[in-house]
Amino acid sequence: MANSPTPQIMKQGQLTPWLYLAPAILVMAFFIIYPMFTTISLSFKNGDGTQPASTTCMEGKPCWGIFENYRYALTAEVDSSSLQAAWKTFWVSSYGNTIKWIALMVSGTVSVGLLFAVLAERVKYEALAKSIIFMPMAISFVGAGVIWGFVYNYGTGADQIGLLNAIITGLGFKPMAFMSTPGINTLALVVVGIWTWTGFCMTVLAAALKSVPDEVLEAARVDGASEWRVFWAVMVPIIMPTITVVVTTMVINVLKLFDIVYVMTGGNYGTEVIANRMYTEMYINFNTGRGTAVAVILVVLIIPFIYMNIRRFLEQEAMR
Amino acid sequence: MNKSKINHFFNRLPLHLAVIGLMLIWVVPAIGLLVTSLRPVQAINTNGWWMTLAALPGEEEYNQLCADCHGTDGKDLPEADLSDPEVVGLFPRSIQLLAMLGQEIDGQPHMGTLPLPDAQQAADIATQMKRLAGIESQPRLTLNNYIDSMVGYRGTKNYLADCEAGVQASGINCNISDLLNPRGMGRAFVNSVIVTVPATILPILFAAFAGYAFAWLDFKGRYFLFAILVGLQVIPLQMTLVPISRMYAELGLNGSFLGVWLFHTGFGMPYSIYLMRNFLGTLPRDLFESAYLDGASHWTAFRMLALPLAMPAVASLAIFQFLWVWNDLLVALVFLGGTKPVMTYQISNMVSSLGAGWHLLTASAFLSMLLPMVIFFAFQRYFVRGMLAGAVKG
Repeated sequence: MANSPTPQIMKQGQLTPWLYLAPAILVMAFFIIYPMFTTISLSFKNGDGTQPASTTCMEGKPCWGIFENYRYALTAEVDSSSLQAAWKTFWVSSYGNTIKWIALMVSGTVSVGLLFAVLAERVKYEALAKSIIFMPMAISFVGAGVIWGFVYNYGTGADQIGLLNAIITGLGFKPMAFMSTPGINTLALVVVGIWTWTGFCMTVLAAALKSVPDEVLEAARVDGASEWRVFWAVMVPIIMPTITVVVTTMVINVLKLFDIVYVMTGGNYGTEVIANRMYTEMYINFNTGRGTAVAVILVVLIIPFIYMNIRRFLEQEAMR
Repeated sequence: MNKSKINHFFNRLPLHLAVIGLMLIWVVPAIGLLVTSLRPVQAINTNGWWMTLAALPGEEEYNQLCADCHGTDGKDLPEADLSDPEVVGLFPRSIQLLAMLGQEIDGQPHMGTLPLPDAQQAADIATQMKRLAGIESQPRLTLNNYIDSMVGYRGTKNYLADCEAGVQASGINCNISDLLNPRGMGRAFVNSVIVTVPATILPILFAAFAGYAFAWLDFKGRYFLFAILVGLQVIPLQMTLVPISRMYAELGLNGSFLGVWLFHTGFGMPYSIYLMRNFLGTLPRDLFESAYLDGASHWTAFRMLALPLAMPAVASLAIFQFLWVWNDLLVALVFLGGTKPVMTYQISNMVSSLGAGWHLLTASAFLSMLLPMVIFFAFQRYFVRGMLAGAVKG
């Protein structure tokens, strides 16, 4: 749109465009831009936003002055008495868990989504198969939490009513309390996330796969390449830009993800993530300073992706 | 010919197994939810939902020991009709039943040559007899969970039974007004609809205006402004919750539908404008030029040309925004909470306060999925199109 000059006839008054833009700009300024700056300023204040954060420092305790809320947000969950303890507590802190979520959920959704996109293309019931994988996209995380909470249900009696524990006991093992066993619970929650979001990755990747020219694939096959090699050496490189987009979209989604943890464990048993911790600090502990500091940290983690999005947009515009 | 067909089948077997296996992993948990929501509460807590069609307790023992004489429906002996509640009422527990079974009838042992059942078996048989007679009968499937969930019933039996016995809890009136009980999913459904409809229409309306300006109007800074918009798409709403809830507290908008509508509108804006502008931008330029040549104003071109042609994009956006708002928990939790509970809030509240009340949880969860599922399957094409436009291009 930048390189194609608008015809003279379309120019109608200086004010017209702004009339069309006004509702959108007003509502965004009011609900996104202005609150963002307020959040940043609140993160340097105390629990109710009336005094600078440095006033909450306690005698004889570490203090980062005006950055006190950030000290709390970054270090409070980690036991720094020894390196070992710090390492251990870090991996059940909101940061450690968020890293686990990103690593597991992004790789899980993208790899299963890609696998399914490739496989489903080769069967006659492709439409049905894809619909089923895609279906959870219509379900809320709350609903998904109930569905999987029941799958993970742990009973003390002889008969397990949760599917997973019934299978485990059926195989002769001991049932497991999935939600309250640290280490396993985060994994169990990630599975819920993968279940909900794989459909997204699959759909986007399948669309990209469909655009791979058949001649290219045929040429590779004629040259004697195995399906495995065709996939890795031809398909994946061609759809790499799409994979990158899907991965970044998923990372952002995971960083913002709040509902699954809130509904299934409430962040207890070492399952806290950054997005849920913001809620805990703000609406359960009622500490605006700490809550907003966590929110700012979350946005700082997202900034690289904002940059990437804008850059990709500029590249696309240049190609138009 | 035949051989190659068989070979072909076996070559493709792993493929089918993988695809069907993944489909099962995806669909079985959801089926578990649906089946569980239809089972009576005692059955849910006794065995897994995959046992729904298995024999009910006592059925097997009864058929083995009693059915030869009394019949599977208990009606074969007119002088001892086991489908008669009065007869069965004489044997409420295993003790009375065992005593009867130990007696002689017409000089013959009651059970003939069969061994007497042990206490556990007798208890199970008594249960089956009650079922035959229609006393405390436990059907395999029931809609009671849905009724209880809709009206917000929290007692130990079920809504219909309590109302029939006239022992309903305070706040339950046993008439149609119970559907609006603030603890129930019926009311939550209404609230969800009230939240979602304006929160879907408003952003699309605003985005249509702005998208038209970005696509077909020339103004200073349009490129720069749009780049900012692209960046804003990924700002997490956590970033703005605190100032807005403080502001709402001052304006008295906390717990009001208006507050949620506006918040969702603000946050739906960047993506909606992005999609709208990209779609409107692909419309043929000649179309607009000839309209302007004919003397159409921008307003006319927008109303008569851009808006009707943008319907596919509007449909995509509508589904997107609808699902997003309907399924949202965080915004509803912060700005509406318990004053005007929506479905997601109601369920998350039940999870924490009810523990494992699976009969209510599963029914409520299914109720909350009903509308999005219908919309989703009816308009899947538009949903996918919107998603691809957003993800691949943006």
